[in-house]
Amino acid sequence: MKTYLPIFVVVAVLALVPFVTASNVVLNFLVVTLLIALAGQGWNLLGGYGGQYSFGHAAFFGTGAYVTAILQVQYGINAWFGLLIGIAAGALVGIVIGALSFRWGLRGSYFSLVTLAFAEVLRIVASVAPITGAGVGTLIKLDLRPEAFQFQSRAPFYWIALGLVGLSLIVVRGIENSRFGAYLVAIRENEDAARALGVDTFSVKLAAMIVSAAITAAAGCFYAQYFLFLDAAIAYGTWISIDALLAPIVGGVGTLFGPLLGALIIKMLGESTKLVTGGAPGLDLAIYGLLLIAVVGLAPRGIAGLLSALVPRRFRPPSVPEHHHG
Amino acid sequence: MLSPVILVPALLNGLMTGAIYALIALGLTLIYGVLHIINFAHGTLLTAAMFAAFFAYALVGLDPYLAVLIIAPLFFLIGYGLQRFIIGPTAHGEDRNYLLVTLGLAIIIENLLLYVFRADTRTINLPYAFDVIEIGTAFLAVPRVIAFVAVLVVASVLWIFMQWTDTGKAIRAVAKEKLGAELAGIDVAHIHAVTFGLGTACVAIAACLLIPTYYVNPTAGDAFVLIAFTIVVLGGMGSILGALVGGLFVGVVESFSSMFLGQSLGQIGIFVMFIVMLLVRPSGLFGEQA
Repeated sequence: MKTYLPIFVVVAVLALVPFVTASNVVLNFLVVTLLIALAGQGWNLLGGYGGQYSFGHAAFFGTGAYVTAILQVQYGINAWFGLLIGIAAGALVGIVIGALSFRWGLRGSYFSLVTLAFAEVLRIVASVAPITGAGVGTLIKLDLRPEAFQFQSRAPFYWIALGLVGLSLIVVRGIENSRFGAYLVAIRENEDAARALGVDTFSVKLAAMIVSAAITAAAGCFYAQYFLFLDAAIAYGTWISIDALLAPIVGGVGTLFGPLLGALIIKMLGESTKLVTGGAPGLDLAIYGLLLIAVVGLAPRGIAGLLSALVPRRFRPPSVPEHHHG
Repeated sequence: MLSPVILVPALLNGLMTGAIYALIALGLTLIYGVLHIINFAHGTLLTAAMFAAFFAYALVGLDPYLAVLIIAPLFFLIGYGLQRFIIGPTAHGEDRNYLLVTLGLAIIIENLLLYVFRADTRTINLPYAFDVIEIGTAFLAVPRVIAFVAVLVVASVLWIFMQWTDTGKAIRAVAKEKLGAELAGIDVAHIHAVTFGLGTACVAIAACLLIPTYYVNPTAGDAFVLIAFTIVVLGGMGSILGALVGGLFVGVVESFSSMFLGQSLGQIGIFVMFIVMLLVRPSGLFGEQA
């Protein structure tokens, strides 16, 4: 249980925020940050721990978002139930993309390319298919009842987003401490060696892809409920593929709290750029790009890596669990 | 519908479009073949070059076919500098880092263009843009014919350069055996930067050939990137001949599939081909074993 303690502490502290401020601006900022942290945690499991760099996590985000929205709008299905189906649908897309690319042994840049292509195919299909509202987009009807996963104030949304992030942290920590997690890291470090030692690399990568897709799909489902509007460029757009990889890489790739830390940093940076430039388009994203290069070049282990370098060695928790029972 | 009166022009137009695709893919495949990196900034460099060609005409009245003489060397230098001073040093020789750094560059360039020029779409009006040449039943726009011929010339020059010049031989040596080349006294960091510069010059030429018949906005190059990736995968990563044949092939496929399926579904045809190609034969039709 000790390994889960930091998660409970962080989530408990963050849960107090709505009691400190009722500002919609602050809460809205934090909800979006948590959303990116959640999508980024999905990417982090596959990319950070497994070393498989996806450039198309929009495929899972968009599928989660669209399934949640379409089930409500077209079939009148309850939003909470839609959330579960949306997550499952995202996982299913993960199975399809993962099975296809890993079965054929796609690695490295080829894997990045094929995930990008899958997300683009979905975006084009969504922009012409009638069920998604094609060019017009999908609008979820305003229905401010908790049963419909809609709320008067931002605070409940904030707590739900925080709950989802907390859940994803627990899942990833559990994987970190499991045999499966060890296999996954072994594949990242040297896939051929892992295979030679008897790791079923296909199954491990596929399983990581499924969990990764499900987590990022959950972020998409939440997005649909929070903003109540989707079109193809939002749901399957490259913005979310980039945010989902930027957050963990900036925060600390392959670390538990990396995506949360990174999401906070990139969102703060984005918002302050907007303030300084008066919302001129482009500059905030240009700074994201600059940040990405700077982190890769100067701090390959992200901000978390920088922070842990500041802590004297003897106070540092062991970065790799030396013993695990189970 | 299947009469030659329709099919022949579709074929010829496909070849013309495909030639531009081939040139963009040529730059990409050159960089991949030597540095073994997928350059995600390729499309935005194309966009930047299209802006350069646009303003050369709009501000100074310089014809794109003359402007290429300035823009291509300029973009060679830009590409050289990017690889030598940014991509090379920050990537620490790791594949995953190359992906991220070039992606970061793409984000920066695209959004700076967006910031400076806004999302407006711009076109230029050349006096001869709508002139046509009649070949059998087909009417071909003059700028597209010029582009087709120019691409064949550029590809031939590039091939001769790679085969016969010292720099070309050094590039091939680095591509085959980096360590051995280094031991033989070749400055690998310089050769990497030269290769990146050549690849960037290819998109600069493509931009000058495109601008007479195409538009430019901050995302104009994106449409070409995935197509170029498809061609590179199809033709075999690193193969010049593969890029040329692959580009022409994809141009023809696109021409026919948008004729039969309509514009947006025609686009899907390319992506589906891309995915199938990646899955079935990632080493491509002309490539060596991956």
